[in-house]
Amino acid sequence: MAVYEPWDMDRAKRIIAEQAGAEGPALPILHALQETFGCVPEAAVPLVAETLNLSRAEVHGIVTFYHDFRREPAGRHVLKLCRAEACQAAGGDALAERAEKRLGVALGQTTADHRVTLEATYCLGLCATAPSAMLDGRVCGRLDERRLDALLSEAQS
Amino acid sequence: MTLRLFVPKDAGALAVGAEEVAAALREAAQAKGVAIEIVRTGSRGLYWLEPMVEVSTPAGRIGFGPVTPADAASVLDAALGQGSHPLSLGLVGEIDWLKRQTRLTFARCGIIDPMSIDDYRANGGFRGLERAVSLGPEAIVEEIVQSGLRGRGGAGFPTGIKWRTVAQTIAPQKYIVCNADEGDSGTFADRMLLEGDPFVLIEGMAIAGIAVGATKGYVYIRSEYPHSVVALNAAIVIAKREGLLGAGIGGSEYHFDLEVRVGAGAYVCGEETAMLESLEGRRGIVRAKPPLPAHKGLFGRPTVINNLISLASVPWILSEGAAAYRDFGMGRSRGTMPIQLAGNIKQGGLFETAFGVTLGELVDDIGGGTFTGRPVRAVQVGGPLGAYFPRALFDTPFDYEAFAARDGLIGHGGIVVFDDTVDMARQARFAMEFCAIESCGKCTPCRIGSTRGVETVDRIIRGDEPAANLAVLEDLCNTMKFGSLCALGGFTPYPVVSAFTHFPEDFGRTPTLQAAE
Repeated sequence: MAVYEPWDMDRAKRIIAEQAGAEGPALPILHALQETFGCVPEAAVPLVAETLNLSRAEVHGIVTFYHDFRREPAGRHVLKLCRAEACQAAGGDALAERAEKRLGVALGQTTADHRVTLEATYCLGLCATAPSAMLDGRVCGRLDERRLDALLSEAQS
Repeated sequence: MTLRLFVPKDAGALAVGAEEVAAALREAAQAKGVAIEIVRTGSRGLYWLEPMVEVSTPAGRIGFGPVTPADAASVLDAALGQGSHPLSLGLVGEIDWLKRQTRLTFARCGIIDPMSIDDYRANGGFRGLERAVSLGPEAIVEEIVQSGLRGRGGAGFPTGIKWRTVAQTIAPQKYIVCNADEGDSGTFADRMLLEGDPFVLIEGMAIAGIAVGATKGYVYIRSEYPHSVVALNAAIVIAKREGLLGAGIGGSEYHFDLEVRVGAGAYVCGEETAMLESLEGRRGIVRAKPPLPAHKGLFGRPTVINNLISLASVPWILSEGAAAYRDFGMGRSRGTMPIQLAGNIKQGGLFETAFGVTLGELVDDIGGGTFTGRPVRAVQVGGPLGAYFPRALFDTPFDYEAFAARDGLIGHGGIVVFDDTVDMARQARFAMEFCAIESCGKCTPCRIGSTRGVETVDRIIRGDEPAANLAVLEDLCNTMKFGSLCALGGFTPYPVVSAFTHFPEDFGRTPTLQAAE
């Protein structure tokens, strides 16, 4: 489980300034903001735009293009289930359905108590030990109902 | 005497408990009062045996696997020479699955400590760079041209020709970009190498830099590979400290710097021009070509953009010579390919071998069929943009041209196996759906066509005028194939068309049509 800082304009400005000297700094800046605040807050967009000499619309365009960048922080735990072909071939469809049912949310949603965000991912590179998942950055392969249930319980605790 | 054990730190091994096994081994050793050293390696690529534990003996390394934490104590006893063990694999070097391979690019993966530059050097590392420095730029490019190496990302463009173009383009700054955005399902070769032998990539990129006159390199790694990002960043720090990156690499007159950039979950950024846009800090929108990246690439400068496996193949070619590499393979596919066996497969993993091995050998013999024990019905070769092949095409040799001749592609070398429970109409639908999710939106056939494709497959699945809708789907696939700007929209038809051509019965048609093909 990751712990994030509350929004702080000065902190955001420092993060942006730290990365601004790199070649093509937009993605490193957005990653750094999300690592700190758990998302790319709306208030950060004009700050990034000003530093990079871009319009706010352009920065908005970058943030929304990439699947990784969040507009709102995720739940306390993030469970990513691989939904790509190798995991489909190994029984991933049934496991995804089971996870949705157990958590009461669809892929891409966060539980009402804000504990778990369930997401689809398209390949974790663990295709020879499929089906696979990632819970808060920890990888898990050879999933079956028992191993999935253990992950779900851990995520809900 | 300290007992030397080896436990992988590869994400694929961690996913099945390698960390817990390492901890249990330490605990067991403490309880027995035995001094042990655990070296964290990459994976050998025998994933059905992970977590695999190896122990150093005078006769060579002996393996055990798949080991659970509960086995730790008994494995340790066996490692100390106290009796046999049911999980013993014998001498790892003698395991048939490894012996049958030709490991050039993956020669060290799973064997050495990936963070030890001494280990790397002792196992043939930096010999390619040394020879490259003595040869000079023009001769290096010639060596790569002569080796016959072609792009391992899937397009198969001759690497040496690309390098020559960049070398001959005059510019104040040039770049080397490594495409490590390994997004194809069923592939993990880049990940294994980043985690198991990162110095080989650093060496390959430094050689590329010398060859074309580039002083800066970027490695674009997908965010789904956090372990790889950590491993390569650590290796770069070590390489800089040892003078193998930066000013005067390896005591030569050449400069080369390397930086890791992390993607943000967009599959299309694996397309080379979208990757350049992303590195420049924009949306990953595909660029029209020309200009070629070799002329105007990153920040408008001449850029070599190669797949990770292509770059990692370079040190071996330089140290052993172009002819030695070219001697492997068939037709115009020279050298070796790390083939990745995945999905519903009994013996999944990485099998590096010369081009020419047949699909049937790979799936049935090497892969051992499905882990569910059911018959193999379809295999998808080359990721989400690759064709589905039925058993009838299992005699296809693994070769760029042979797959193309059968309306397929080898892509990045991934093979995903499905048993007879697969519904090919659903797989065709997924191919379109994936394209719709990941389309960059620049060109209409891909952006709109993929969504219309999902709707059309849905109608076929519902039994709503299946024959008429199949004709629409076929027409749509043609439009996408010939009208899209890049491989995402252009190749999505491969899985779709192959599904309804080879498995018509799943689309409400009689299989007799297949015979008439």
